[in-house]
Parts: sequence; structure tokens; C-alpha cells
Amino acid sequence: MSYLDYKVAQTPTGIRKILYLNWPLVFLIAAVASIGFLMLVSVAGGRVDTWAEPQMYRFAAGMVIMIALAFVPMWFWRGISVPAYVCCFLLLIAVELVGEIGMGAQRWIDIGPIRLQPSELMKISLVLLLAAYYDWLPARRVSRPLWVLIPVVLILAPTGLVLIQPDLGTSIMLVAGGGIVMFAAGVSLWYFGVVIAAAVGLVAAVLESRGTDWQLLKDYQFRRIDTFLDPTADPLGAGYNIIQSQIALGSGGWSGRGFMQGTQSRLNFLPEKHTDFIFTVLAEEFGFVGAMSLLGLYTLIIGFCLYSALSNRDRFAALITIGISGTFFLYFAINMATVMGMLPAKGSPLPLVSYGGTSLMILMLGFGLVQAAHVHRPR
Amino acid sequence: MTKPPRPGDTNGRSITRRGLMLAGLQLGVITTLALKLRSMQVEQAEEYRMLADGNSIKIRLLVPARGLIHDRNGIVIAGNEQNYRVTLTREEAGGDVEPVLRRLARLIPISDARMAELLDEFAKRSAVTPIVLADRLTWEQFSSIAVNAPSLAGVTPESGLSRVYPRAGDLAHVLGYVGPVSDYDLSKIEDPDPVLMLPEFQLGKVGFEARMEDVLRGKAGQRRVEVNSAGREMRQLSRQEGEQGATVQMTIDAQLQNYAAQRMGTESAAAVAIDVQTGDIVTICSSPSFDPNKFVRGISSADYKALMNHDHRPLADKTVQGVYPPGSTFKMVTLLAGLEAGVINAGSRFYCPGYTTAGGRRFHCWRKGGHGTVDAVTSLSHSCDVYYYELAQKVGIDRIAAMARKLGLGQRHELPMSAVAEGIAPDRAWKQARHGQAWQVGDSLNASIGQGYVLASPLQLAVMTARIASGREVSPRLVRAIDGVQQPVPEFPVLDIDPAFLRVARLGMDEVMNSDSGTARRSRIIREDWRMAGKTGTSQVRNITAAERARGVVSNDQLPWNRRDHALFVCYAPYDAPRYAISVVVEHGGGGSAVAAPIARDIMLFALNGGLPPLDAVPDDQRAAMEERHNAMHLFPPDAPRLTRA
Repeated sequence: MSYLDYKVAQTPTGIRKILYLNWPLVFLIAAVASIGFLMLVSVAGGRVDTWAEPQMYRFAAGMVIMIALAFVPMWFWRGISVPAYVCCFLLLIAVELVGEIGMGAQRWIDIGPIRLQPSELMKISLVLLLAAYYDWLPARRVSRPLWVLIPVVLILAPTGLVLIQPDLGTSIMLVAGGGIVMFAAGVSLWYFGVVIAAAVGLVAAVLESRGTDWQLLKDYQFRRIDTFLDPTADPLGAGYNIIQSQIALGSGGWSGRGFMQGTQSRLNFLPEKHTDFIFTVLAEEFGFVGAMSLLGLYTLIIGFCLYSALSNRDRFAALITIGISGTFFLYFAINMATVMGMLPAKGSPLPLVSYGGTSLMILMLGFGLVQAAHVHRPR
Repeated sequence: MTKPPRPGDTNGRSITRRGLMLAGLQLGVITTLALKLRSMQVEQAEEYRMLADGNSIKIRLLVPARGLIHDRNGIVIAGNEQNYRVTLTREEAGGDVEPVLRRLARLIPISDARMAELLDEFAKRSAVTPIVLADRLTWEQFSSIAVNAPSLAGVTPESGLSRVYPRAGDLAHVLGYVGPVSDYDLSKIEDPDPVLMLPEFQLGKVGFEARMEDVLRGKAGQRRVEVNSAGREMRQLSRQEGEQGATVQMTIDAQLQNYAAQRMGTESAAAVAIDVQTGDIVTICSSPSFDPNKFVRGISSADYKALMNHDHRPLADKTVQGVYPPGSTFKMVTLLAGLEAGVINAGSRFYCPGYTTAGGRRFHCWRKGGHGTVDAVTSLSHSCDVYYYELAQKVGIDRIAAMARKLGLGQRHELPMSAVAEGIAPDRAWKQARHGQAWQVGDSLNASIGQGYVLASPLQLAVMTARIASGREVSPRLVRAIDGVQQPVPEFPVLDIDPAFLRVARLGMDEVMNSDSGTARRSRIIREDWRMAGKTGTSQVRNITAAERARGVVSNDQLPWNRRDHALFVCYAPYDAPRYAISVVVEHGGGGSAVAAPIARDIMLFALNGGLPPLDAVPDDQRAAMEERHNAMHLFPPDAPRLTRA
């Protein structure tokens, strides 16, 4: 159902929109962020001003952004989906040309005081564009090869640019995020089957390419794979982080070692404990109960998003909500699986909890879209 | 307005179906994560907890206090003292140690060279390793650092125990010393105790300290500490003090040892005094000595070079490592061998014209004109060489060697000291094995007067004397008690020598001292209840050629020090009920009667008196000299502190 078809009069207008926000979602987000603040205090050794305080300011700003975006009607989002995508695409190219070298990869460009990470923005705009595309595309054409090829190209073009930065993690997130939207839009499962089979083939080819002239990944990426497959082979080298993280997690036990009592984090056995490994600190200090509580909150966030999407008759809005919540899901699932040793070590933040501005802002922007979709749902 | 059914409715259903599938997939992943969490945090929690503790909890050893060593009267001869030192950890100093060192240099002297050395070491070592800046600080220095600690980031004043030898050089050779463990030490020890790896640990390097290491070391204590990933200690979880090593009481009398050391003065000499009844070594003193405390603290290369280059070899333990031709002190052995073999009896006489001829060579008696007719007793009291030349030809070397071994020569006495020498009691088989040559009759003649191949340590000579005096197979011992438990005094078996023969030898030794013509009459003890028997010896360290003899043998005084004869003396007292046997060797001292005997006599008097020799125990004409000597001595006061525990 297109937005022109529902009765605009029935949707809330003006300041009254605030009453129609998905309030449970707002509180869940705030709850998760609060857990984050607590953990940031813990890893700073009880100091609030090190990490927790700046993170609180950022979160407050994020909340304002989210609520502000929730007021923006859907026709606007649909309207800017194409320009936003083009902009992000151009920014990605710009990053390739003038980007700062950081962390062995070109990932951001500085525009005055703002450090822009176009690949993060691309995650949102790709979802927007695909949602708009499937909203526009008649349902009977969804699974036609030509109409499947178009979104695939739309996904792979930015993915390719991100991959040559090189940022494998974000590339995967883009493909997965786009895939979720396509999946939700009803593209035939056969295509997914073929893609998964191709992916398996590609992984085999990548592993096969190691040490040859046409090596497809950088050496450090191969080493990361080795480390994942057997972290104990090099316990003081690359596998160190994973092993220490697992020890921290496991030693938390049922109820944890207590706030600021985790030896692994307090004595610096854990790396990057305020960012990528913050879940480990939570699991060590608050145990299974604490870790499951966070996982539960995340699950509730996904649940509320999906409920909002499925009850939304606006196809564009529903697809956006599914796409963004799916990306959010991938974020926390990948981070948790990584620190538990189930996925190769890769720097990925725990959404809403890890210290860091960019990822938080993008997330809140995404949730702003989800809120807008909820507020402006046809009634 | 009615609308036809819109395709959007089917889309809506399609999204619903796909949305639910997606929800299912996501729930599946979340469930997997939850299950993994459960397995790690609930099922394997114990294992991970142990790994976490293993990460963060380290066992640090505490150096145990080394066991004390007492003398037989409870005087501490090896103790432990507080050692104040300061260490600095780079990490705690904020990375740059130089400003801290400069501030510290205002409180304690740190030379520029030392400063450069320290900076170099800090650059090389890990930031969390504490490095010792200064050792053996005075209490004033130590407390001034402690007071100023707030401005000295990373500086830790520490106190530990360090070995100290209150008697300095007196017992240096027998006790040995301790020092830091070297790589060489570790290479010799199989499966070394981990406490040896601690930088402040002190290991017995030589002597009694080394041989009794296991007893003295004690058991290391433990500290459980929490460390961070860099290994820096965060806090102490528990502390269990070590066990001090056993207190060992030696048989040595520190006061007597002190007197013996002072009495020998600067001579290159050795003195051993044995309790005839128990075998207790009451004095075992090598002179000159060195200060073992310098070795504990790290001796300077100049000091060490001085010790090494000293021609009196202060580092050598002459009492057990040094072996000397025993000279005439060996004559009791030859005499007893002759008596036992039955080739002579106490009344047998030989005529001494001043020389004898054997194997085509002429062998001279020390007295150029000869002794005339000599019997067993006078052979000893006059120390007639010809008597023994004649005797040796009748007895044969093998029986002499057998007698020597019965009396404790040519065999290693097991003592907890370093490099205890075996000496040589030569016989035919020995020469064949050692030199691949047949025994010559001349060899027997030389051996009969303790020259030639015969070698004995002062310890062996003291044991020999004790055995002759007691008629028992006395064995020396150094340990009296360990941790208050008295070591059993063995019941020494009776010597396999006819007591009548031993009486002849004793009578001869008595006449050496107490007959009018005895060679050591001057050194006699005139108190009848302490009557002393002894035997002089003068052993040549060079061959006197016939040409030399023809010109007239040069007297010792005219020779360079290291070519002069060794002076030896063995004795025991009291004659009727022997208590102590003493041997004294003065390297290149000249004549045994003139040099060694007075020293042995004075040590004997100190031992018998339990204090300074009474002047009335020596002949009148020597009393003034003795008093003068006593006044010049720096003796430890007789009521030296008797500590029980450090």
C-alpha cells in the first residue's frame, strides 16, 4: 500500500506525533545504553569522566536525533532514498581518493570537525533505497531475474568500494543488510540458495588462493582466519585476544564476579575492553544473568521492530524497519559471536553499548527511521 | 470510495510470512548465542575461573632466612643481618627514571658511572621489573628515602636478610661464604629449587656453607599476588612465611680459633686442633685469611686481585687442601711400622754417624756429626734420621704405608669442607700406578722421614696425633648439633696396633718436649697436669745438592721465603689423659721446633685453659715475650654475644 492510498488525516500531525512513538522501543534502547554506561564506568576503573560521560552526551544527542527523525513523514524518506544512496556512493569514492589512512584501511574523510564514515551511512541508505525499490516494484516482478539483478547491483557496487578500502566486515554487513531487505520483500528463496552456494564456493576459492599470485585476501585477514580456527595455536599472538576473552566470559559464571571485580578486565588481560570486548566485561562481572539480560533486551528490541514492521501496511516503512532491525541484529550477533570465539576476531562494536560516536549516531539515525515508520504507519 | 482488492494486500501477507521467517532465523541465532553463553558460563565456568585465576594469580617465593651457624659455645659465627636496599620500577616511575634517580642521588651517593650503568639497565629490562638501585644502606639513608617516598615515584625501600660473618676472617676457610646464584651454579644443580632463581637468594659457594647448603637453606615462603597482564603486582592475596634453615652448631671453638688466627699472625700457616676423645675439630685455621663478608657483598676486583696475587695464598685453605711433606712428624709412623713388623723392639739401637749409604747414594742425617747410638725413644726425641733410614730398609715401604693409613694419613676424612685433600701414603703399587716406575730403596729412605712422596694435610697430621694419643681410630667431625639435636659421638674402635708400641711412640714424643735434649724442649709446658708430648718436623721444599752440601748448607734465613723449609709440629696434651691433638704447619717457616712448636704449644694452652694461656705454664724466659704477644693481639672479648636467632 502506497502512502498516497491511506488516509493522511488519520496519521498524527505536529507535536502530537511524539505520543505515537514506539515508546517501548525508546525505553529498551535507553536501557541497553544504560548498561553500556555502567560497563564503561567499570572498565574505566570507576571513573565516570573517562568514557561513560562522553558516551552519555552522545547518546542524549542520539536520542534527540532519533526523535527528530521520527517526525519526518515517510514521503520525505522515500523521496531522498535515491539521492541519499547516490551521495553515499560518491562519498565512498571520495574516501577512496582522499580518505585518511586509519587502521590500515581508508574508512573516513574529515569534513571540518566531523569525521564522516560513508560506509556506515551507506548501510542506512542502502536499506532506504532497496525498500523504496521494492515498494515501487509490482509484487509479481519481484522474483524475475532482471528485477533481482538490479538490487544485487545496487548492493554490490558500494560493497565493492568498501571491500577495496579494505573493510571486509562492513562489506559483509552491507551484503547481509541488503539481503535481509530482499528476503523480506519476497525474492524467491532459490536466489538465496544460489547465493549461499556461491558464497561457500567463494570462501573455498579464497582459502585456496592463499599463497598464490591471485591471493584474494590480505595476509592479516588470512591470519585472522587461522586464529579463529585455532586460537590456542598462538596463545600469546593473534589468538591471545580470543582466548582471554573466552576466559573472561567463562569465569563470570552464573552471577559474575561483581561490578569492577572482573580480574580479566581490571588487570588488562582483555584488549579493547571499552569497545569491541565490552560484552566480555559485562559477562565477566555480571555473569550469565547479566549477559542474558542484555541479550534479552536486544531480542526485545528486534521483537518490537519486527512487530512494528509486520503490523505496518506501508510496504516501504515495513521494509525499512526490517532492514534496519536486521542490521542491528547482525551487529550484536556478530560482536557476541566474536567474543565468544564463534566467529573470526574482527573489530566490531556492540551496538548501543560500546564506546564510540559514529556507530552510535548511525544506529540512532536508523532507529529514527524505524520510529518514523511507526509514527506514520497507515491507520 | 471502494477500491478493488489491492496487490498490496498480498504484499502485506508476503512480508508477514518473510518477516516471520526472518524472526525465526534471528531467534535461532539468538538461541545459539544463549546456549553458547550457557555452556561457557554455567557448565564450563569452573574451568574458565581457574584459567582466569591462573592468569592473574602468581605465586611469588619468599627467600627463607638462612640457618645460623654457632660455635660449640653458642657464639654466632654465621648470622643474618638486615640489608636495607632500594629498588625502582620504571613503570611506577612514570616511564622516565632519570629525574627520580637525580632526586634519589641527593639522599644517597650515586656516582655518575653508577648512574649511567643504572640507566642502561633500565633501558634493557622490562618496565615492571624492580631494579636494585643501592644495597646495604645505613638505617639513616634508608629512613630518609622512606620519608621522601612521595617525591620518589616508583622507588621502594626494601629490607631483607643477608649473610654476615661476625668473626670475619677467623673462620673464612672452614665456613666458606655465600653469594648470589650464578649460571654456573645452576648448571651444576640438577632440578634446582625455584628459590635459587630469586635475585636476593644467597647460595653457599664454598666450604661449610656450600656442603651444608641443604640443611642451612630452609624452606621458601610463598606470597600469592595478583598481577596484571604486564606482570605488575597489584596486591597481595596471602603470605606464608618461609621456614628458616636449621641452626647448625659446629665443633669449633670460636675463641680458640680467634686465638689461633692471631697467634699465627701474618705467617702462611695452618693449625688444626682436635678433641682426642670425640674427634671434634675445635680449631681449623688457615693463615693468612680474608674477609668472607666482602665476598657476600660482592668483592671489588682490586681486592680480589690482591688476594689472588698474595704470595701467602690467603684464599687457599691450608688445613685440608694444603698437603705437605710431613717431615719428621712422620717418624712415629715408621717407628710403629717397625715395631709392629717386629724388625725392632723398643730397645733396638742403631748407630748414627751422620749419614747412611743406600742404593749407591749417601743419605744424611740432619745433624752433621751424627747422633751416635740411638734407640726408639731417642730416635724421636733427637729426631735422628739415620735411625729411620736403617729401619726403613728393614721394614719396607708397604708396611710403612699400611701404618700411615691406619693412623689416618693418605685417606680423605669426610668433612663438610671444600676440597679435602687425600694426601699420599706411598707404597710400591702407588708409585707403579702413579709414575709407572718401580720403587727404589732411596724412596723408602726419603719416605721414612716424611720426605719424598709422602704428603699429608695438617688435618691428617692432627688426626694421626690424636690416634697415637688415644689408641683409637679417631675421626674428625665438624657438626656438633643441628637444630639443637646433638649429633652422636661415635665410639671410635681401638686401633689395630699393640698398645705397647703406641706407648713407645708416646714416650718418644714426651721426650721430644720434656727430656733435656728434646728437640722441642723450649716449647714444653711446665705445668705437670698439662704435660705435652709432641714431634717437630722440618720438611725441605728443595733438593740439597752434594755441591751445596760441600759448601755448607745455607741456613734458611739466607734463602728467599718461598725456598725455605716448612716448619711442622704435632702434639697432644695432657700426656696422661690426652684431650687435644694439635698440628701446626708454617709454610717456609724454617725449623719446626723454632717456629711451629711455640704456636702449637700456645694454642694447646689456650684450649686447655679455656682462655689466654697462663704465663706460668711456659718456661720463665718466654713469659715476657708471651705477654707482649698477648697484648698485641686483637681478640674478641671472651663474653662475646651469644645470639639465638637472627
